[in-house]
Amino acid sequence: MFPRPIEQRSEAARVIYQIMLPIALVLWLLPLLGVAVTSIRPSSDLASGNYFGMPSRIAFSNYVEVFQNSPIAQYILNSFKVTIPTVLGAVALSCMTGFALGVYKFKGNLLIFFLFVAGNFVPFQILMVPVRDLTVRMGIYNTPQALILFHIAFQTGFCTLFMRNFIRSLPGELIEAARVEGVAEWRIFWFVVLPLMRPAIAALSVLIFTFIWNDYFWATVLTTSSTTQPVTAGLYSLNGQWVAAWHLVSAGSIVAALPPVAMFFLMQRHFIAGLTLGATKG
Amino acid sequence: MAMATMQQPIRKSWWRSNQQRITPWLFLAPGMFMFGVYVIYPIIESFWISFFQWDGLGPKTWIGLGNYEELWGDRAFYTSLKNNIIWLVLYMLAVPAGLGIAIFLNQTVRGIRLYKSLFFFPFVISQVVVGLMFSWFYAPNFGLFYKLIETLTGKGIAILADPNLVTYGIIAAGLWPQIAYCMILYLTGLNNVSPDQVEAARLDGAKGLKMLWHVILPQLRPATFIAVVVTVIGALRSFDLVSIMTDGGPFGSSRVLSFYMYEQALSEYGYRMGYGAAIAVVLFLIMMVFISGFIWKMVSDERGA
Amino acid sequence: MTFSMKALVLGTATAALLSTAGFAQQRTLVFNTDTSDPAPKAAFAALVADFEKENPDIKVQVNLFDHEGYKTAIRNFLTADSPDLANWYAGNRMAPFVNAGQFLDVSDVWKENGLDKSLASALPSMTIDGKQWGVPYTYYQWGIYYNKTVYDQVGAKVPANWDEFVKNCALFKAAGIDCLTTGTKALWPGAGIFDYLDLRTNGYEFHMDLANGKIAWTDPRVKAVFDHLGEIVKPGYVTANHAAIDWQDAATLLVQGKAANYVMGNFAVATFKDGGMTNDTLGFMPFPVIDPSIPDAEDAPTDTVHIPAGAKNVADAKKFLAFLARADVQTKLNQALGQLPVNNQSQVDESDPYISAGFKLLSNAHGLAQFFDRDAPAEMAKLVMEGIQEYMVYPDHEDDILSRLESARGRIYK
Repeated sequence: MFPRPIEQRSEAARVIYQIMLPIALVLWLLPLLGVAVTSIRPSSDLASGNYFGMPSRIAFSNYVEVFQNSPIAQYILNSFKVTIPTVLGAVALSCMTGFALGVYKFKGNLLIFFLFVAGNFVPFQILMVPVRDLTVRMGIYNTPQALILFHIAFQTGFCTLFMRNFIRSLPGELIEAARVEGVAEWRIFWFVVLPLMRPAIAALSVLIFTFIWNDYFWATVLTTSSTTQPVTAGLYSLNGQWVAAWHLVSAGSIVAALPPVAMFFLMQRHFIAGLTLGATKG
Repeated sequence: MAMATMQQPIRKSWWRSNQQRITPWLFLAPGMFMFGVYVIYPIIESFWISFFQWDGLGPKTWIGLGNYEELWGDRAFYTSLKNNIIWLVLYMLAVPAGLGIAIFLNQTVRGIRLYKSLFFFPFVISQVVVGLMFSWFYAPNFGLFYKLIETLTGKGIAILADPNLVTYGIIAAGLWPQIAYCMILYLTGLNNVSPDQVEAARLDGAKGLKMLWHVILPQLRPATFIAVVVTVIGALRSFDLVSIMTDGGPFGSSRVLSFYMYEQALSEYGYRMGYGAAIAVVLFLIMMVFISGFIWKMVSDERGA
Repeated sequence: MTFSMKALVLGTATAALLSTAGFAQQRTLVFNTDTSDPAPKAAFAALVADFEKENPDIKVQVNLFDHEGYKTAIRNFLTADSPDLANWYAGNRMAPFVNAGQFLDVSDVWKENGLDKSLASALPSMTIDGKQWGVPYTYYQWGIYYNKTVYDQVGAKVPANWDEFVKNCALFKAAGIDCLTTGTKALWPGAGIFDYLDLRTNGYEFHMDLANGKIAWTDPRVKAVFDHLGEIVKPGYVTANHAAIDWQDAATLLVQGKAANYVMGNFAVATFKDGGMTNDTLGFMPFPVIDPSIPDAEDAPTDTVHIPAGAKNVADAKKFLAFLARADVQTKLNQALGQLPVNNQSQVDESDPYISAGFKLLSNAHGLAQFFDRDAPAEMAKLVMEGIQEYMVYPDHEDDILSRLESARGRIYK
């Protein structure tokens, strides 16, 4: 079950493998391809029952229609308004917590660390009613801040796990050397540790961006109007208006998926590094 | 570079002598504050609310264990619980499936990097989009899946209308991104598999499943651990797809606890905050069993390291 | 911390209000509405423009919500971020907000404008504790919309009563056509069928008692209603897989001639016509009689506008309600909506066969129900609608469904 490296196999095996790859990929991405094709299918095709054949023409007008007749541009802007501050906030906080937990030995260190880790695993529903209530009482219900503050707080759990493990893997001698020379602790953080954390910061940023962009649950709990809803929740309500208009639903879905997909392709290396940090250590 | 900045005479101020002790707490303070306010305290508060009857508008009424007693006899609760268990069990398929694809892709040929990325694609897409895609795929009368079954058997199956199949249909949609996630974890894990050991085992005549079980999997342990953790959590958090694809229907047969809780506490027909909190507490306790297991494993690793 | 935060927000809000009142002529009315579908959206835009023309010193700021999402959103904005005006529904559906003190008593608007006469038909459904809590502006009839072409194709006649309706179904079935189509994915379309079967079998008073929890779900009279539903469900006269179909998708089946009848509200006419049906191919009939001794009552859900208790500009909001209640305003608004005005001095479009049929139907009705999810408490309505959906898939679960509903009744109505 563990195949030999392909370069050690016969020519035939290599050719077969090369042929199988694209076939497997198409099968794997079939739902996605279906949606992509539907998104450029003219509505007349759907009306006449041509759901799966070749589109009679390529209708980019579906995308134009989505932008003109729905607030999707606003939704996307809202998503950015929530996602970017969250990424900055969560990364900043977790650099600090990660530094504290990764560098210092003190009583309760492990306890606090595992509190963060455990909190990161809890089901959202146990937080829902109190968090919604708190948000309402703070007077920020249905604003981007409502989502930003919650996401920063919640993501701090995961980010701390990530950062702390990363800092643990840094050479401790650097910090010791700085201490011997009497460098203030906050300067050690700022001038010694932080520059070394750049790859972790990049990886974490991409990861959090994707998580927050794709959040749907909190978007429905904490925001209600099209002026503040992120694109996930927006897409759900558009789906309610576009019943049977699958060409528009598809075009809208593609538009909503685009930013994290672009992010993923641009920052691929960091993304995978981020996801697997825990897996290669551990 | 920072070393140049320290040249003040060393004075034994209180701060100087204590800074190693104080600094970590200062660094932890903002993160712990946020986490405490938005995560730790709400968990406690939810336990508290679960003892009340409360519609979110008026005053709360203390009813003790009343909500839990009602849960005990609530069929919708058992349906949700049963579905959660189905989710947990079937979602685990993502782990071996992810491993399979990872092994398949673990070769060095031209363009393999791009293939790996494209296989990972489903995980990057929001679950809302995945849910919409699969609803369209399953749609009665014209969905691709429906048509396919119709061509094969002469009668289409509307998965999302059938109370016995609907949960499986949603889980299949959920598995798609989850498999991609497990795959990527294993792909990096496979990078670290020692080729020498594989070669040695091969010379010893290890083949097939035996090779996988005795040689490869032990080396993939950390990846497997993370894959199991994220899959369990993903299964218990399954809210998005249920909400998008069926809204818990038909007649509540695809509900899971996380969705039922939302439905009771915040949906059009709900607003029973106390009852919702009670459901959330049950879900939390189930999750705690797993969380404790993970933490226990991590603590023992931490001690070993 | 939270308290001071709230005070701060309140403080700034009041300050902003005072400053606008003091210096600027322009006053604002914030209006949250769920009229996001194309026709209602245009109708409300025109309504607001007319109001602003009459009151140049008032600017109405409309916040548009998705129709389904609004039902959850209103809970939140009433407590958190209150507008001056909000759309909602009459009947039991507004009771939780009235009882929680979240809607303002607007009895004075009714008294000053003589609305108890001009809006008489809606007075009962707008009244709780002897006070009025909002202003109704539209309602519409429910009934059966049918495809005339398909009727001709199988040689069926428009049924005069329920038995003929069921007999027709056999004809449609033989031709491979769904006799009755529906899409119960969102649950409520099934409730329309149930409401009418109950109204025709047991009458209006019984139906309202049932919605108010005064009658056992295991009562043989309730069973009789389900048995009538069974007459069309059991032989497979209803569209299969309706549980995964949206009401608009089911409308397509009627348009395409794959289905013959559809129990729906008049708002669906726009969807049928978008699909290509015309007055010549789309027919409307009142739901057929089951028991001739029972006087006909209809489902006519009433849409309303309310002033939330947290409104900041109450004086102008009341001005808006008075405007909305006016006969000429309701005439114009409902022409755009394609629905019926509540004001009995308003005009209806005689050239629209569905509107004029509806107007006649509702004027002669023995009683008007609001629709099950508005007449019954929300929680009960949800369970009942799920029960109806389940019955329409598994008619043999009848006893189980009814006993479950009965135990829910014991819990929900206290």
